[in-house]
Amino acid sequence: MISALIARDARRAFTGAAWLPIAFFLLVAALMPFAIGPDAQLLSRIGPGVLWIAALTAALLPIERLIEPDRVDGVLDQLFVHGMAEESVAFGKIVAHWLTFAPLLLIAAIPASALLALDGASLARTEIALLIGTPGLAALAVAVAAVTAGLPRAGSLAGLLLFPLAVPLLIFGVGNALLLEGAVSLVLTAGAPFVAGAAIRAART
Amino acid sequence: MTSLLRLGGVALRRGGRLLFEDLDLDLEEGAKLQVAGPNGSGKSSLIRLAAGLLSAERGKVERSQLALVDDNLALDREAPLRAALQFWGGAVDEAMVQLGIGDLADVPVRLLSSGQAKRAALARAFASTSRLWLLDEPLNALDADGVNRLSAVIAAHVKAGGAVLAASHQPLPGDWRTLELGA
Repeated sequence: MISALIARDARRAFTGAAWLPIAFFLLVAALMPFAIGPDAQLLSRIGPGVLWIAALTAALLPIERLIEPDRVDGVLDQLFVHGMAEESVAFGKIVAHWLTFAPLLLIAAIPASALLALDGASLARTEIALLIGTPGLAALAVAVAAVTAGLPRAGSLAGLLLFPLAVPLLIFGVGNALLLEGAVSLVLTAGAPFVAGAAIRAART
Repeated sequence: MTSLLRLGGVALRRGGRLLFEDLDLDLEEGAKLQVAGPNGSGKSSLIRLAAGLLSAERGKVERSQLALVDDNLALDREAPLRAALQFWGGAVDEAMVQLGIGDLADVPVRLLSSGQAKRAALARAFASTSRLWLLDEPLNALDADGVNRLSAVIAAHVKAGGAVLAASHQPLPGDWRTLELGA
C-alpha cells in the first residue's frame, strides 16, 4: 500500500502544481541580482546562502497540499482502515514529496547558480549540500503539514514552524559541514514520521 | 457463528458530552444491524468507533478486517473513476457494475454527481474482501435505483457470511436489527 501511496502522491504532484515551488525558487534567485546589484564577486559569495533561502521558502509552498486534502477527503481514515499506520502514511508522503520536490530543485539550481555568478565548484558543493539536506526538508514539511492540518491560517503558521526548525540544515548546508548536515537531515527524516503520525491521529474527529 | 464486531461495555464521550455508555454489541456473520436515532445521538461516532477511528472512554472493541463508507469520498478527484477505485484494490469492475456505475469508468471523479459519487464510495468498500462493512448514512444522495442496488449488494454480502453495521436516520430497505441511540 505504501508504494501505491507514493506513486499516487507523486503522480498528483507532477500533474498538479509540482512546478510552482521550483518557479518560486528560480524567482527568488533571479530577484537577488536586482536587489543587491550586479557585483559578481558579492553574488558568488552569497550565492549558496541565497539558494538555500530560496529552497526553504519554496519548500513552504506545497505544505497545505501535503496532508490537508487527504484529511478532509477521508483518505487518511481509509488508509488507517486498510491497516496502514499513520507513521507509514507520513513516511510515504515524505518520500513522495522528496521525489517531486528535490530532483526538480537540484535541476533548477543550475540556472539559478548562473544568475548568482556561482562557479562550477561552488555549484557542485551547493548541489551536494541540497541533495543531503532536502530529505530532512521534505520530512520537516510533511511533519509541519500534519501538525497544522485543519487549523485556521495553517499556511502562515507552517512558515513560523518550518523556518526555525530548518535553521540547522541551513547552517550546515551553507557552511558545507556535510556530515553534520547529513546527521540533522537523518534525524529529521527518522523523527518526522512519528511527529506527523501523532498529529494525524490527534486531528481525527 | 464467528463474531466480526464486538463491543463490550463501551462508553464514548465527544466534546465533553457522553454519547453512550455500557454499550454491548455483537455482530456475527450474516448479521445486519441498523443504528438509528436523531441527529447528534452518536450514530456516526459509533461507526467511527467501530472502525477504530475513535477511541472508547471505557470498554473493549474487537473487530475483524472492515470496509468503511462515510460522507468522505476518499478518491482521487482528478483521476478516472476506475483508476481512483483501483488505488484501494479489490474487485473494482465487479463492484462498479453492481452499483450501476460501470459506464463511468473513464470519467474523472470530480465530474460525478453526488449520487454517482455515493455509488463510487460504496463501490470502493464493496470491492474489498472485508467481511465487515460499516456504512454511515448509506442512503444519502442515492436514487431509487441506487437504493435497490445497495440493498441487493448487502443481501448478497450477508448471505455470503458478511456482516453490516449501518447508521441511518431513515429506514433501510430489508430486514435489519435495530439499535436505537439517544432514546
